[in-house]
Amino acid sequence: MEPEHVTDILPNPTTHDQPDAPSGSVAVIFPTGMLGGGFPAETVTRGIVLGADAIAVDGGSTDSGPHYLGTGTAKTAASAVERDLRVLLTEARAAGIPLIVTSCGTSGTDSGVDWIADMVTHIARQHHLSFRLARIYSELRADVLVSALDAGRIHPLPPLGPLDAETLRSCSHIVGVLGQEPIAAALDAGADVVLTGRATDTASVAALALRRGLPAGPTWHAAKTVECGAQCTTDPRSGAVLVRIDADGFTVEPLGEGAACTPTTVAAHMIYENVDPYRMREPAGTLDTSHATYTALDPRRVRVEGSRFEVAAQYTVKLEGAALVGHETATLVGIRDPHILRHLDTWVPRLRDIVAERAQALLELEPDDYELDVRCYGADAILGRLEPDTTPPREVGVLFRVRAADQATANAIAKIANPYLLHLPLPDMTHMPSFAFAMSPAEIERGPVYEFVLNHAVDVADPRDLLRTVYTEVNHG
Amino acid sequence: MAETIRALGDIADLVRSKNAGPFWMTLDVFFPDAAAYRQVETSGVLTATRIGELYRVDPATVQLFHLPSINVIKASFPRPTVQGSFSDTDIHAGQHHIPLAQLPVPVHGDGHRSS
Repeated sequence: MEPEHVTDILPNPTTHDQPDAPSGSVAVIFPTGMLGGGFPAETVTRGIVLGADAIAVDGGSTDSGPHYLGTGTAKTAASAVERDLRVLLTEARAAGIPLIVTSCGTSGTDSGVDWIADMVTHIARQHHLSFRLARIYSELRADVLVSALDAGRIHPLPPLGPLDAETLRSCSHIVGVLGQEPIAAALDAGADVVLTGRATDTASVAALALRRGLPAGPTWHAAKTVECGAQCTTDPRSGAVLVRIDADGFTVEPLGEGAACTPTTVAAHMIYENVDPYRMREPAGTLDTSHATYTALDPRRVRVEGSRFEVAAQYTVKLEGAALVGHETATLVGIRDPHILRHLDTWVPRLRDIVAERAQALLELEPDDYELDVRCYGADAILGRLEPDTTPPREVGVLFRVRAADQATANAIAKIANPYLLHLPLPDMTHMPSFAFAMSPAEIERGPVYEFVLNHAVDVADPRDLLRTVYTEVNHG
Repeated sequence: MAETIRALGDIADLVRSKNAGPFWMTLDVFFPDAAAYRQVETSGVLTATRIGELYRVDPATVQLFHLPSINVIKASFPRPTVQGSFSDTDIHAGQHHIPLAQLPVPVHGDGHRSS
């Protein structure tokens, strides 16, 4: 956080004992599937004209792999995120409605929350805005979780097995996936802007509706429907969507010109990147959409009713963790020679064997000291042994990767492999071929690499356990 | 009526694959209408056993879902390689629909519509 013009308010302000009485409905604008993904600003304005009660957006995902959690850095470009935030913050403040940003900085580490908080403060200064800012941090220390593990409070989620303390300690970052409750508590405490660490995709939309006493089934289903923005419409690039939740269900509509929600686009979104199309777990229970009905109100709005929520006996927080597993160096070389291409199944093992032999002879490295991966893009790099087409390719890009404990070792093995990636013939060839390196230098140092090692949930007594909420008065207006 | 063989991907509007978190993969098959959906359902070829064979995973880990209201069949199973691990070749699992799309399906008649 930038220190100027801000006042930390600690400890947590008092929260209301009871949620507000049920009101008619709550309407939430969801502008894009990921903060920084972009959206036409006028689609957000249109949602506010239609009476939106909040703007919610998610800034995170595990979808791009373990690097971002491993390093605590964002996948998105800072300038693109700042552009989106500028539109959302100025619109929300002008309308006097809350802005909720979950999973800040891709992985929702503390550094991700601070990254977004710095941008919010910067924009506030430029636009002379004043508001109460809540930052909810959900990054966890391994020691805290080892205690929970010892107490039997951590359980594996399929397909992973039981956890050990060593795995927890191997993680460079661990985050708890928070639910809607701490967001609702921050709204209760008067926060105008809520920035959170890793959260469920749905928490940002659900918090305000549940706090107003609306039923959990429609609320969670509504939140799930809009969590990728316009992907629940006929035009995924049309910008923001508006979902209005009430006592009996919800209504969803696109805010972009020309886009439409139809019963099929809305129902079909429930199957996208979900294991089970009918059931989605939240910290407090499970959404069940198996009895939901989808009805077209008109050509562009869909009404959904019949969604249910089963409250779980135990509130759980899912954990995500990434561990440093080594350092990598990669090389890309192209092969066009049809003779080699007809015999890649000979050439690739021959390459691996020679590199292993040279690493032993020149670097005194045993095969257990490093890992090699060789893929032939253009042949079967993507599907491997699942590839049904065995036709010889016209050309391939051979991606050669080395992983070792340290960068110097990975680099050394890649450099030793370089002349063989350039010249390795098949056993029947009487000349030395030369292949097509894509770049000079041929080696690409990939740096430290990480893997996801946690898929577990921890039992907590209170939804706000394991979290830290910090309130700040931002005063520039 | 004569039986012909068609690829599942030719009967469906869309066959797609995707990560469902770092540890799961999911396959969605969208059919153009109820007739095409029923044709594949009644052919009996789209089973957990067959998907286990196509993807070299234990069929006991394959979950199949039938969604006749939107003419979709869906299958999910744990990824054999965790997303982003050293041997993972498809971070988003977005190109793993091909083995399923090429699945041969015996169909009756013209293969487009059944009554």
